[in-house]
Amino acid sequence: MSADGAVAPATPAAPAVAVTGVSKVFRQAKGEVTALEAVDLTVAAGEFVSLIGPSGCGKSTLLRLVADLAEPTAGEVRVFGKTARAARRDQDYGIAFQAAGLLPWRTVSANVELPLELHGVGRAERRRRAQELLELVGLADFAKARPEQLSGGMQQRVAIARALAERPRLLLMDEPFGALDEMTRERMQAELVRLRTETGAAVVFVTHSIPEAVFLSDRVVVMSPRPGRITHVVDVPLAVRNEDVREAPAFYATVTAVREALRGRLPRGEVDGAAADEPAGADEPAAADEPAGAPRGPARANRTAE
Amino acid sequence: MTSQLTGSPLTAPATSRRSWGGAATRRRVVAVVAPVVFGAAFLGVWELAVKAQDLPPYILPAPSAIAEQFRLNASDVWATFRASGANALVGLAVGALLGVLAGMVAARARFVDELLSPLAAAVAAMPIVALAPVLDTMFSATSSIPRRIVVAVVAFFPVFVNTVRGLRAVDPVHAELMRSYAASGWDLTRVVRWPGSLPFVFTGLRVASSLAVIAAVVVEYFGGLQDGLGSRITAAASNTAYARAWAYVVAAIALGLLFYVVALGAERLATRGRSAPEH
Repeated sequence: MSADGAVAPATPAAPAVAVTGVSKVFRQAKGEVTALEAVDLTVAAGEFVSLIGPSGCGKSTLLRLVADLAEPTAGEVRVFGKTARAARRDQDYGIAFQAAGLLPWRTVSANVELPLELHGVGRAERRRRAQELLELVGLADFAKARPEQLSGGMQQRVAIARALAERPRLLLMDEPFGALDEMTRERMQAELVRLRTETGAAVVFVTHSIPEAVFLSDRVVVMSPRPGRITHVVDVPLAVRNEDVREAPAFYATVTAVREALRGRLPRGEVDGAAADEPAGADEPAAADEPAGAPRGPARANRTAE
Repeated sequence: MTSQLTGSPLTAPATSRRSWGGAATRRRVVAVVAPVVFGAAFLGVWELAVKAQDLPPYILPAPSAIAEQFRLNASDVWATFRASGANALVGLAVGALLGVLAGMVAARARFVDELLSPLAAAVAAMPIVALAPVLDTMFSATSSIPRRIVVAVVAFFPVFVNTVRGLRAVDPVHAELMRSYAASGWDLTRVVRWPGSLPFVFTGLRVASSLAVIAAVVVEYFGGLQDGLGSRITAAASNTAYARAWAYVVAAIALGLLFYVVALGAERLATRGRSAPEH
Protein backbone atom coordinates (compact mmCIF):
# COMPACT_ATOMS: atom_id res chain seq x y z
CA MET A 1 0.00 0.00 0.00
CA SER A 2 1.45 3.32 -1.03
CA ALA A 3 0.57 5.96 1.49
CA ASP A 4 0.92 8.84 -0.92
CA GLY A 5 -0.92 7.12 -3.74
CA ALA A 6 1.24 7.27 -6.83
CA VAL A 7 -0.40 9.18 -9.64
CA ALA A 8 -1.78 6.70 -12.14
CA PRO A 9 -0.69 7.34 -15.69
CA ALA A 10 -3.47 8.69 -17.88
CA THR A 11 -4.78 5.91 -20.10
CA PRO A 12 -6.68 6.48 -23.35
CA ALA A 13 -9.82 4.79 -22.02
CA ALA A 14 -9.83 5.62 -18.33
CA PRO A 15 -11.74 3.22 -16.10
CA ALA A 16 -14.94 4.52 -14.54
CA VAL A 17 -13.48 4.04 -11.09
CA ALA A 18 -9.89 3.40 -10.05
CA VAL A 19 -9.26 2.99 -6.34
CA THR A 20 -5.61 2.54 -5.38
CA GLY A 21 -4.31 1.69 -1.92
CA VAL A 22 -7.18 3.48 -0.22
CA SER A 23 -7.57 3.55 3.55
CA LYS A 24 -10.12 5.42 5.58
CA VAL A 25 -9.75 5.99 9.30
CA PHE A 26 -12.50 7.69 11.27
CA ARG A 27 -11.40 9.47 14.39
CA GLN A 28 -14.02 9.21 17.08
CA ALA A 29 -14.20 10.10 20.75
CA LYS A 30 -13.60 6.47 21.66
CA GLY A 31 -10.61 6.18 19.39
CA GLU A 32 -9.86 5.44 15.78
CA VAL A 33 -11.96 3.18 13.60
CA THR A 34 -10.38 1.83 10.45
CA ALA A 35 -13.26 1.62 8.01
CA LEU A 36 -11.15 0.67 5.01
CA GLU A 37 -7.63 -0.66 4.73
CA ALA A 38 -5.50 -0.99 1.59
CA VAL A 39 -8.37 -1.25 -0.85
CA ASP A 40 -7.71 -1.57 -4.58
CA LEU A 41 -10.59 -1.69 -7.02
CA THR A 42 -11.02 -0.89 -10.68
CA VAL A 43 -14.40 -0.59 -12.35
CA ALA A 44 -14.25 -0.45 -16.14
CA ALA A 45 -16.44 1.94 -18.10
CA GLY A 46 -19.85 0.33 -18.47
CA GLU A 47 -19.10 -2.36 -15.93
CA PHE A 48 -21.52 -3.29 -13.15
CA VAL A 49 -19.80 -4.01 -9.83
CA SER A 50 -21.55 -4.81 -6.59
CA LEU A 51 -20.01 -4.38 -3.17
CA ILE A 52 -21.26 -6.91 -0.67
CA GLY A 53 -20.31 -7.72 2.88
CA PRO A 54 -21.51 -7.63 6.46
CA SER A 55 -22.32 -4.36 8.19
CA GLY A 56 -19.19 -2.43 9.05
CA CYS A 57 -17.13 -3.78 6.17
CA GLY A 58 -16.83 -0.30 4.73
CA LYS A 59 -18.72 -0.87 1.49
CA SER A 60 -20.80 2.28 1.91
CA THR A 61 -17.68 4.19 2.93
CA LEU A 62 -15.96 3.03 -0.26
CA LEU A 63 -18.93 4.25 -2.29
CA ARG A 64 -18.82 7.60 -0.50
CA LEU A 65 -15.12 7.96 -1.29
CA VAL A 66 -15.86 7.40 -4.98
CA ALA A 67 -18.65 9.99 -4.77
CA ASP A 68 -16.25 12.43 -3.05
CA LEU A 69 -18.62 12.68 -0.12
CA ALA A 70 -15.67 11.69 2.07
CA GLU A 71 -11.94 11.80 1.54
CA PRO A 72 -9.58 8.84 1.88
CA THR A 73 -7.06 8.93 4.71
CA ALA A 74 -4.53 7.39 2.33
CA GLY A 75 -4.51 6.28 -1.27
CA GLU A 76 -6.17 7.65 -4.35
CA VAL A 77 -9.62 7.56 -5.93
CA ARG A 78 -9.98 8.36 -9.64
CA VAL A 79 -13.22 8.58 -11.57
CA PHE A 80 -12.90 8.55 -15.37
CA GLY A 81 -9.25 9.43 -14.91
CA LYS A 82 -10.04 12.55 -12.88
CA THR A 83 -9.83 13.06 -9.17
CA ALA A 84 -13.05 12.13 -7.37
CA ARG A 85 -13.56 15.82 -6.66
CA ALA A 86 -13.26 16.86 -10.29
CA ALA A 87 -15.64 14.06 -11.27
CA ARG A 88 -18.18 15.27 -8.75
CA ARG A 89 -17.79 18.84 -9.97
CA ASP A 90 -18.33 17.64 -13.53
CA GLN A 91 -21.39 15.60 -12.53
CA ASP A 92 -19.94 12.39 -13.88
CA TYR A 93 -22.04 10.25 -11.58
CA GLY A 94 -25.60 9.95 -10.33
CA ILE A 95 -26.23 8.72 -6.80
CA ALA A 96 -29.03 7.03 -4.88
CA PHE A 97 -28.87 6.46 -1.15
CA GLN A 98 -30.53 4.00 1.17
CA ALA A 99 -32.82 6.79 2.39
CA ALA A 100 -34.78 8.33 -0.45
CA GLY A 101 -33.92 11.83 0.77
CA LEU A 102 -36.69 13.57 -1.16
CA LEU A 103 -37.41 17.19 -0.31
CA PRO A 104 -40.79 16.99 1.45
CA TRP A 105 -41.96 20.41 0.28
CA ARG A 106 -41.47 19.58 -3.40
CA THR A 107 -43.72 17.51 -5.62
CA VAL A 108 -42.46 14.18 -6.90
CA SER A 109 -41.78 15.73 -10.31
CA ALA A 110 -39.94 18.71 -8.78
CA ASN A 111 -37.78 16.29 -6.80
CA VAL A 112 -36.76 14.44 -9.95
CA GLU A 113 -36.10 17.77 -11.65
CA LEU A 114 -33.87 19.00 -8.83
CA PRO A 115 -30.46 18.09 -10.31
CA LEU A 116 -31.53 19.39 -13.75
CA GLU A 117 -32.79 22.60 -12.19
CA LEU A 118 -29.51 23.09 -10.33
CA HIS A 119 -27.58 22.65 -13.54
CA GLY A 120 -29.57 25.12 -15.57
CA VAL A 121 -31.82 22.88 -17.67
CA GLY A 122 -34.90 24.74 -18.92
CA ARG A 123 -38.31 24.22 -17.36
CA ALA A 124 -39.99 22.49 -20.30
CA GLU A 125 -37.07 20.12 -20.84
CA ARG A 126 -37.00 19.33 -17.10
CA ARG A 127 -40.70 18.51 -17.07
CA ARG A 128 -40.37 16.26 -20.09
CA ARG A 129 -37.37 14.41 -18.67
CA ALA A 130 -38.99 14.00 -15.23
CA GLN A 131 -42.14 12.57 -16.80
CA GLU A 132 -40.04 10.16 -18.85
CA LEU A 133 -38.14 9.01 -15.74
CA LEU A 134 -41.28 8.67 -13.66
CA GLU A 135 -42.78 6.48 -16.35
CA LEU A 136 -39.64 4.39 -16.19
CA VAL A 137 -40.04 3.76 -12.46
CA GLY A 138 -43.81 3.29 -12.78
CA LEU A 139 -44.84 6.48 -11.04
CA ALA A 140 -46.07 8.59 -13.97
CA ASP A 141 -49.39 9.18 -12.24
CA PHE A 142 -47.72 10.57 -9.14
CA ALA A 143 -45.83 13.49 -10.70
CA LYS A 144 -47.85 16.05 -8.77
CA ALA A 145 -48.00 14.09 -5.49
CA ARG A 146 -46.03 15.06 -2.41
CA PRO A 147 -43.40 12.62 -1.11
CA GLU A 148 -45.34 12.09 2.13
CA GLN A 149 -48.21 10.66 0.09
CA LEU A 150 -45.95 7.90 -1.26
CA SER A 151 -44.91 4.65 0.38
CA GLY A 152 -41.26 4.17 1.31
CA GLY A 153 -40.69 2.00 -1.75
CA MET A 154 -42.26 4.54 -4.07
CA GLN A 155 -40.14 7.29 -2.56
CA GLN A 156 -37.05 5.21 -3.28
CA ARG A 157 -38.11 4.79 -6.89
CA VAL A 158 -38.43 8.57 -7.18
CA ALA A 159 -34.90 8.85 -5.76
CA ILE A 160 -33.61 6.43 -8.41
CA ALA A 161 -35.38 8.39 -11.15
CA ARG A 162 -33.66 11.49 -9.78
CA ALA A 163 -30.25 9.75 -9.89
CA LEU A 164 -30.81 8.93 -13.56
CA ALA A 165 -31.96 12.44 -14.46
CA GLU A 166 -28.71 13.56 -16.04
CA ARG A 167 -27.89 10.32 -17.86
CA PRO A 168 -24.71 9.78 -15.85
CA ARG A 169 -21.93 7.50 -17.13
CA LEU A 170 -21.50 6.21 -13.58
CA LEU A 171 -24.26 5.34 -11.16
CA LEU A 172 -23.46 4.99 -7.46
CA MET A 173 -26.13 3.17 -5.51
CA ASP A 174 -26.09 2.54 -1.78
CA GLU A 175 -28.62 -0.21 -1.07
CA PRO A 176 -31.25 1.58 -3.12
CA PHE A 177 -33.61 -1.42 -3.26
CA GLY A 178 -33.25 -2.33 0.41
CA ALA A 179 -36.63 -0.81 1.24
CA LEU A 180 -38.59 -2.37 -1.62
CA ASP A 181 -40.78 -5.46 -1.51
CA GLU A 182 -39.44 -8.52 -3.30
CA MET A 183 -41.61 -8.22 -6.43
CA THR A 184 -40.88 -4.53 -6.90
CA ARG A 185 -37.28 -5.19 -6.13
CA GLU A 186 -36.91 -7.75 -8.90
CA ARG A 187 -38.70 -5.45 -11.31
CA MET A 188 -36.38 -2.60 -10.38
CA GLN A 189 -33.40 -4.89 -10.83
CA ALA A 190 -34.58 -5.76 -14.33
CA GLU A 191 -35.14 -2.05 -15.05
CA LEU A 192 -31.65 -1.29 -13.82
CA VAL A 193 -30.15 -3.97 -16.08
CA ARG A 194 -32.06 -2.49 -19.03
CA LEU A 195 -31.02 1.06 -18.14
CA ARG A 196 -27.45 0.07 -17.79
CA THR A 197 -27.55 -1.68 -21.19
CA GLU A 198 -29.19 1.34 -22.81
CA THR A 199 -26.99 3.99 -21.24
CA GLY A 200 -23.78 2.00 -21.03
CA ALA A 201 -23.27 3.50 -17.60
CA ALA A 202 -20.96 1.87 -15.11
CA VAL A 203 -22.61 1.04 -11.80
CA VAL A 204 -21.17 0.62 -8.32
CA PHE A 205 -23.89 -1.00 -6.28
CA VAL A 206 -23.81 -1.59 -2.52
CA THR A 207 -26.15 -4.35 -1.36
CA HIS A 208 -26.83 -6.88 1.35
CA SER A 209 -28.54 -9.30 -1.01
CA ILE A 210 -26.46 -12.01 -2.66
CA PRO A 211 -28.98 -12.89 -5.42
CA GLU A 212 -29.39 -9.19 -6.20
CA ALA A 213 -25.63 -8.70 -6.47
CA VAL A 214 -25.26 -11.74 -8.73
CA PHE A 215 -28.22 -10.89 -10.95
CA LEU A 216 -27.06 -7.34 -11.55
CA SER A 217 -23.29 -7.52 -11.60
CA ASP A 218 -20.41 -8.36 -13.88
CA ARG A 219 -18.32 -8.75 -10.76
CA VAL A 220 -19.24 -9.04 -7.10
CA VAL A 221 -16.72 -7.57 -4.68
CA VAL A 222 -16.85 -9.31 -1.32
CA MET A 223 -15.67 -7.35 1.70
CA SER A 224 -14.93 -8.23 5.32
CA PRO A 225 -15.12 -5.96 8.36
CA ARG A 226 -12.70 -4.68 11.02
CA PRO A 227 -10.84 -3.41 9.14
CA GLY A 228 -12.81 -3.17 5.89
CA ARG A 229 -10.99 -5.03 3.13
CA ILE A 230 -11.76 -6.63 -0.17
CA THR A 231 -11.38 -10.39 0.34
CA HIS A 232 -12.79 -11.78 -2.91
CA VAL A 233 -13.83 -10.64 -6.34
CA VAL A 234 -16.35 -13.04 -7.87
CA ASP A 235 -16.78 -12.98 -11.65
CA VAL A 236 -20.38 -13.50 -12.73
CA PRO A 237 -20.43 -15.71 -15.85
CA LEU A 238 -23.88 -14.71 -17.08
CA ALA A 239 -24.20 -13.59 -20.70
CA VAL A 240 -27.79 -12.34 -20.53
CA ARG A 241 -29.84 -10.95 -17.63
CA ASN A 242 -33.50 -11.83 -17.88
CA GLU A 243 -35.98 -13.45 -15.53
CA ASP A 244 -34.93 -16.94 -16.69
CA VAL A 245 -31.40 -16.30 -15.50
CA ARG A 246 -32.63 -16.26 -11.91
CA GLU A 247 -33.25 -20.01 -12.24
CA ALA A 248 -30.17 -20.90 -14.28
CA PRO A 249 -27.49 -23.23 -12.79
CA ALA A 250 -24.76 -20.66 -13.42
CA PHE A 251 -26.76 -18.13 -11.37
CA TYR A 252 -27.06 -20.54 -8.43
CA ALA A 253 -23.42 -21.50 -8.72
CA THR A 254 -22.37 -17.86 -8.52
CA VAL A 255 -24.72 -17.17 -5.60
CA THR A 256 -23.08 -20.09 -3.82
CA ALA A 257 -19.62 -18.80 -4.65
CA VAL A 258 -20.43 -15.38 -3.18
CA ARG A 259 -21.94 -16.97 -0.10
CA GLU A 260 -18.88 -19.14 0.41
CA ALA A 261 -16.67 -16.10 -0.03
CA LEU A 262 -18.68 -14.20 2.55
CA ARG A 263 -18.25 -17.07 4.99
CA GLY A 264 -14.53 -16.98 4.39
CA ARG A 265 -14.44 -20.52 3.01
CA LEU A 266 -12.79 -19.66 -0.25
CA PRO A 267 -9.13 -18.71 -0.62
CA ARG A 268 -8.78 -14.99 -1.01
CA GLY A 269 -8.58 -13.37 -4.42
CA GLU A 270 -10.29 -13.76 -7.76
CA VAL A 271 -13.11 -16.29 -7.94
CA ASP A 272 -14.75 -17.66 -11.04
CA GLY A 273 -18.45 -17.82 -10.12
CA ALA A 274 -19.21 -20.87 -12.29
CA ALA A 275 -16.36 -22.94 -10.87
CA ALA A 276 -17.70 -23.00 -7.32
CA ASP A 277 -20.77 -25.15 -7.86
CA GLU A 278 -19.63 -27.86 -5.45
CA PRO A 279 -20.06 -26.11 -2.10
CA ALA A 280 -18.42 -27.65 0.93
CA GLY A 281 -21.27 -26.93 3.30
CA ALA A 282 -24.30 -27.17 1.04
CA ASP A 283 -26.41 -28.78 3.75
CA GLU A 284 -26.14 -25.78 6.06
CA PRO A 285 -28.92 -23.22 6.12
CA ALA A 286 -28.19 -20.26 3.90
CA ALA A 287 -27.80 -17.74 6.67
CA ALA A 288 -24.99 -15.68 5.27
CA ASP A 289 -27.18 -12.90 3.93
CA GLU A 290 -27.83 -10.29 6.50
CA PRO A 291 -31.33 -9.03 7.11
CA ALA A 292 -32.01 -5.92 5.06
CA GLY A 293 -32.51 -3.85 8.18
CA ALA A 294 -29.25 -4.82 9.81
CA PRO A 295 -27.68 -2.16 12.03
CA ARG A 296 -25.37 0.19 10.24
CA GLY A 297 -21.66 -0.19 10.62
CA PRO A 298 -19.21 2.18 12.26
CA ALA A 299 -18.66 4.01 9.00
CA ARG A 300 -22.32 4.99 8.90
CA ALA A 301 -22.45 5.80 12.58
CA ASN A 302 -19.51 8.09 12.13
CA ARG A 303 -21.19 9.85 9.27
CA THR A 304 -24.02 11.04 11.42
CA ALA A 305 -21.61 12.08 14.14
CA GLU A 306 -19.60 14.27 11.78
CA MET B 1 -65.83 18.47 6.48
CA THR B 2 -62.84 18.55 8.76
CA SER B 3 -63.18 20.97 11.59
CA GLN B 4 -60.20 23.05 12.60
CA LEU B 5 -61.68 23.52 16.02
CA THR B 6 -62.00 19.95 17.19
CA GLY B 7 -58.62 20.12 18.89
CA SER B 8 -60.18 21.94 21.81
CA PRO B 9 -59.95 20.02 25.06
CA LEU B 10 -63.47 21.18 25.80
CA THR B 11 -64.84 19.19 22.90
CA ALA B 12 -67.01 16.35 24.07
CA PRO B 13 -66.86 13.33 21.78
CA ALA B 14 -70.02 13.26 19.69
CA THR B 15 -72.03 10.15 20.37
CA SER B 16 -74.73 10.61 17.76
CA ARG B 17 -74.81 7.80 15.20
CA ARG B 18 -77.74 9.05 13.17
CA SER B 19 -75.53 10.08 10.23
CA TRP B 20 -71.94 11.06 9.67
CA GLY B 21 -73.05 14.59 8.68
CA GLY B 22 -75.03 15.01 11.87
CA ALA B 23 -72.16 13.78 14.03
CA ALA B 24 -69.61 16.03 12.33
CA THR B 25 -71.89 19.05 12.57
CA ARG B 26 -72.61 18.33 16.19
CA ARG B 27 -68.92 18.00 16.99
CA ARG B 28 -68.28 21.31 15.30
CA VAL B 29 -71.14 23.05 17.10
CA VAL B 30 -69.94 21.66 20.42
CA ALA B 31 -66.42 22.87 19.69
CA VAL B 32 -67.65 26.42 19.17
CA VAL B 33 -70.47 26.49 21.68
CA ALA B 34 -68.65 24.94 24.64
CA PRO B 35 -66.01 27.69 25.08
CA VAL B 36 -68.62 30.38 24.41
CA VAL B 37 -70.95 28.97 27.04
CA PHE B 38 -68.07 28.62 29.46
CA GLY B 39 -66.96 32.21 28.81
CA ALA B 40 -70.49 33.53 29.23
CA ALA B 41 -70.92 31.59 32.46
CA PHE B 42 -67.60 32.94 33.71
CA LEU B 43 -68.69 36.52 32.99
CA GLY B 44 -72.05 35.84 34.66
CA VAL B 45 -70.40 34.55 37.82
CA TRP B 46 -68.02 37.53 37.77
CA GLU B 47 -70.95 39.95 37.41
CA LEU B 48 -72.90 38.26 40.20
CA ALA B 49 -69.89 38.11 42.49
CA VAL B 50 -69.20 41.83 42.06
CA LYS B 51 -72.86 42.72 42.64
CA ALA B 52 -73.41 40.33 45.55
CA GLN B 53 -70.21 41.22 47.40
CA ASP B 54 -70.58 44.88 46.45
CA LEU B 55 -66.92 44.95 45.46
CA PRO B 56 -65.42 48.42 44.93
CA PRO B 57 -64.43 48.99 41.28
CA TYR B 58 -60.73 49.47 42.17
CA ILE B 59 -60.69 45.82 43.19
CA LEU B 60 -62.79 44.50 40.33
CA PRO B 61 -65.31 46.35 38.17
CA ALA B 62 -68.32 44.41 36.89
CA PRO B 63 -68.27 43.16 33.29
CA SER B 64 -71.35 45.24 32.58
CA ALA B 65 -69.50 48.38 33.72
CA ILE B 66 -66.50 47.49 31.54
CA ALA B 67 -68.80 46.91 28.55
CA GLU B 68 -70.48 50.25 29.21
CA GLN B 69 -67.12 52.04 29.20
CA PHE B 70 -66.08 50.13 26.08
CA ARG B 71 -69.23 51.40 24.34
CA LEU B 72 -68.87 55.00 25.57
CA ASN B 73 -65.24 55.20 24.42
CA ALA B 74 -65.67 53.09 21.29
CA SER B 75 -64.11 55.57 18.87
CA ASP B 76 -61.10 56.21 21.11
CA VAL B 77 -60.71 52.47 21.80
CA TRP B 78 -60.65 51.90 18.06
CA ALA B 79 -58.14 54.73 17.44
CA THR B 80 -55.76 53.56 20.17
CA PHE B 81 -56.26 49.95 19.09
CA ARG B 82 -55.11 50.92 15.61
CA ALA B 83 -52.18 52.97 16.93
CA SER B 84 -50.91 50.13 19.12
CA GLY B 85 -51.64 47.65 16.36
CA ALA B 86 -49.58 49.68 13.89
CA ASN B 87 -46.70 49.93 16.39
CA ALA B 88 -46.83 46.19 17.01
CA LEU B 89 -47.08 45.38 13.31
CA VAL B 90 -44.27 47.66 12.15
CA GLY B 91 -42.02 46.61 15.03
CA LEU B 92 -42.81 42.95 14.44
CA ALA B 93 -42.12 43.22 10.72
CA VAL B 94 -38.81 45.01 11.23
CA GLY B 95 -37.74 42.76 14.12
CA ALA B 96 -38.71 39.58 12.29
CA LEU B 97 -36.98 40.69 9.11
CA LEU B 98 -33.79 41.49 11.01
CA GLY B 99 -34.16 38.24 12.97
CA VAL B 100 -34.37 36.21 9.77
CA LEU B 101 -31.47 38.07 8.17
CA ALA B 102 -29.26 37.78 11.26
CA GLY B 103 -30.28 34.13 11.58
CA MET B 104 -29.23 33.51 8.00
CA VAL B 105 -25.86 35.11 8.61
CA ALA B 106 -25.39 33.30 11.94
CA ALA B 107 -26.31 29.93 10.42
CA ARG B 108 -23.62 30.37 7.77
CA ALA B 109 -20.85 31.96 9.80
CA ARG B 110 -20.01 30.27 13.07
CA PHE B 111 -18.17 33.42 14.11
CA VAL B 112 -21.34 35.51 13.85
CA ASP B 113 -23.32 32.85 15.67
CA GLU B 114 -20.83 32.79 18.52
CA LEU B 115 -21.02 36.56 18.61
CA LEU B 116 -24.81 36.89 18.44
CA SER B 117 -26.21 33.90 20.32
CA PRO B 118 -24.85 34.70 23.81
CA LEU B 119 -25.84 38.31 23.19
CA ALA B 120 -29.29 37.14 22.20
CA ALA B 121 -29.61 35.14 25.40
CA ALA B 122 -28.44 38.08 27.50
CA VAL B 123 -30.72 40.62 25.85
CA ALA B 124 -33.67 38.22 25.93
CA ALA B 125 -33.27 38.02 29.71
CA MET B 126 -33.47 41.80 30.07
CA PRO B 127 -36.76 43.72 30.18
CA ILE B 128 -36.45 45.46 26.85
CA VAL B 129 -39.37 47.82 27.49
CA ALA B 130 -37.09 49.39 30.10
CA LEU B 131 -35.21 50.88 27.15
CA ALA B 132 -38.23 53.03 26.34
CA PRO B 133 -37.35 56.14 28.42
CA VAL B 134 -33.84 56.15 26.99
CA LEU B 135 -35.12 55.87 23.45
CA ASP B 136 -37.82 58.49 24.07
CA THR B 137 -35.17 61.11 24.79
CA MET B 138 -33.39 60.27 21.55
CA PHE B 139 -36.40 61.07 19.36
CA SER B 140 -38.99 63.87 19.33
CA ALA B 141 -42.04 63.57 21.57
CA THR B 142 -44.31 63.04 18.57
CA SER B 143 -42.33 60.13 17.18
CA SER B 144 -43.62 56.57 17.08
CA ILE B 145 -40.13 55.28 16.39
CA PRO B 146 -39.03 54.59 20.02
CA ARG B 147 -41.98 52.29 20.65
CA ARG B 148 -41.48 50.51 17.38
CA ILE B 149 -37.79 50.02 18.12
CA VAL B 150 -38.68 48.39 21.43
CA VAL B 151 -41.18 46.09 19.69
CA ALA B 152 -38.64 45.27 17.00
CA VAL B 153 -35.98 44.35 19.58
CA VAL B 154 -38.47 42.16 21.46
CA ALA B 155 -39.63 40.44 18.24
CA PHE B 156 -36.11 39.96 16.95
CA PHE B 157 -34.93 37.25 19.32
CA PRO B 158 -37.49 34.46 18.99
CA VAL B 159 -37.34 34.82 15.21
CA PHE B 160 -33.54 34.89 15.24
CA VAL B 161 -33.16 31.85 17.49
CA ASN B 162 -35.70 29.78 15.57
CA THR B 163 -34.30 30.79 12.19
CA VAL B 164 -30.81 29.66 13.18
CA ARG B 165 -32.23 26.39 14.49
CA GLY B 166 -34.25 25.83 11.32
CA LEU B 167 -31.37 26.62 8.98
CA ARG B 168 -29.11 24.25 10.91
CA ALA B 169 -31.63 21.40 10.87
CA VAL B 170 -30.65 20.00 7.49
CA ASP B 171 -31.25 16.31 6.81
CA PRO B 172 -27.76 14.79 6.26
CA VAL B 173 -29.04 12.97 3.17
CA HIS B 174 -30.19 16.26 1.66
CA ALA B 175 -26.80 17.81 2.39
CA GLU B 176 -24.97 14.88 0.77
CA LEU B 177 -27.27 14.93 -2.21
CA MET B 178 -26.60 18.62 -2.79
CA ARG B 179 -22.90 17.98 -2.38
CA SER B 180 -23.08 15.22 -4.97
CA TYR B 181 -24.70 17.74 -7.34
CA ALA B 182 -21.71 20.01 -6.73
CA ALA B 183 -24.32 22.55 -5.66
CA SER B 184 -23.00 25.85 -4.33
CA GLY B 185 -23.56 26.97 -0.77
CA TRP B 186 -26.12 29.38 -2.15
CA ASP B 187 -27.98 26.53 -3.88
CA LEU B 188 -28.03 24.52 -0.66
CA THR B 189 -29.40 27.56 1.17
CA ARG B 190 -31.99 28.37 -1.46
CA VAL B 191 -33.18 24.86 -2.26
CA VAL B 192 -32.82 23.02 1.05
CA ARG B 193 -32.16 25.33 4.00
CA TRP B 194 -34.76 28.01 3.37
CA PRO B 195 -37.74 25.82 2.60
CA GLY B 196 -36.69 23.47 5.40
CA SER B 197 -36.43 26.28 7.92
CA LEU B 198 -39.81 27.86 7.14
CA PRO B 199 -41.76 25.98 9.82
CA PHE B 200 -39.15 27.05 12.38
CA VAL B 201 -39.28 30.68 11.26
CA PHE B 202 -43.05 30.74 11.53
CA THR B 203 -42.91 29.22 15.00
CA GLY B 204 -40.57 32.05 15.96
CA LEU B 205 -42.93 34.52 14.33
CA ARG B 206 -45.87 33.19 16.33
CA VAL B 207 -43.98 33.63 19.60
CA ALA B 208 -42.77 37.07 18.48
CA SER B 209 -46.26 38.24 17.50
CA SER B 210 -47.58 37.82 21.03
CA LEU B 211 -44.52 39.49 22.53
CA ALA B 212 -44.83 42.33 20.01
CA VAL B 213 -48.35 43.23 21.15
CA ILE B 214 -47.36 43.05 24.82
CA ALA B 215 -44.36 45.30 24.17
CA ALA B 216 -46.39 47.74 22.04
CA VAL B 217 -48.93 48.20 24.86
CA VAL B 218 -46.62 48.16 27.87
CA VAL B 219 -43.97 50.45 26.35
CA GLU B 220 -46.36 53.42 26.68
CA TYR B 221 -46.37 52.98 30.46
CA PHE B 222 -42.87 54.44 30.35
CA GLY B 223 -43.75 57.65 28.51
CA GLY B 224 -43.23 58.70 24.94
CA LEU B 225 -46.05 59.43 22.51
CA GLN B 226 -49.35 58.61 24.22
CA ASP B 227 -51.73 57.55 21.45
CA GLY B 228 -52.00 53.80 22.07
CA LEU B 229 -53.84 51.41 24.37
CA GLY B 230 -51.13 51.46 27.04
CA SER B 231 -51.41 55.22 27.57
CA ARG B 232 -55.21 54.96 28.01
CA ILE B 233 -54.88 52.13 30.53
CA THR B 234 -52.43 54.08 32.74
CA ALA B 235 -54.40 57.33 32.31
CA ALA B 236 -57.71 55.72 33.28
CA ALA B 237 -56.19 53.87 36.21
CA SER B 238 -54.52 57.01 37.59
CA ASN B 239 -57.91 58.78 37.34
CA THR B 240 -59.51 55.89 39.30
CA ALA B 241 -61.63 55.12 36.23
CA TYR B 242 -61.05 51.40 36.66
CA ALA B 243 -63.84 50.17 34.43
CA ARG B 244 -62.48 52.34 31.62
CA ALA B 245 -58.97 50.98 32.19
CA TRP B 246 -60.41 47.48 31.89
CA ALA B 247 -62.19 48.40 28.66
CA TYR B 248 -58.80 49.23 27.11
CA VAL B 249 -57.30 46.08 28.62
CA VAL B 250 -60.02 44.12 26.79
CA ALA B 251 -59.01 45.87 23.57
CA ALA B 252 -55.37 44.96 24.23
CA ILE B 253 -56.38 41.32 24.74
CA ALA B 254 -58.28 41.43 21.44
CA LEU B 255 -55.22 42.87 19.69
CA GLY B 256 -52.99 40.15 21.13
CA LEU B 257 -55.44 37.44 20.05
CA LEU B 258 -55.66 38.91 16.56
CA PHE B 259 -51.88 38.81 16.12
CA TYR B 260 -51.67 35.33 17.59
CA VAL B 261 -54.40 33.87 15.41
CA VAL B 262 -52.94 35.36 12.22
CA ALA B 263 -49.44 34.10 13.10
CA LEU B 264 -50.82 30.67 14.04
CA GLY B 265 -52.63 30.47 10.71
CA ALA B 266 -49.45 31.39 8.87
CA GLU B 267 -47.54 28.75 10.82
CA ARG B 268 -50.12 26.07 10.00
CA LEU B 269 -49.88 27.05 6.35
CA ALA B 270 -46.09 26.85 6.38
CA THR B 271 -45.97 23.46 8.09
CA ARG B 272 -48.68 21.93 5.90
CA GLY B 273 -47.57 18.57 4.55
CA ARG B 274 -44.59 18.35 6.87
CA SER B 275 -46.21 16.12 9.46
CA ALA B 276 -44.28 13.05 8.37
CA PRO B 277 -40.62 13.94 7.94
CA GLU B 278 -38.48 11.32 6.23
CA HIS B 279 -36.36 8.85 8.15
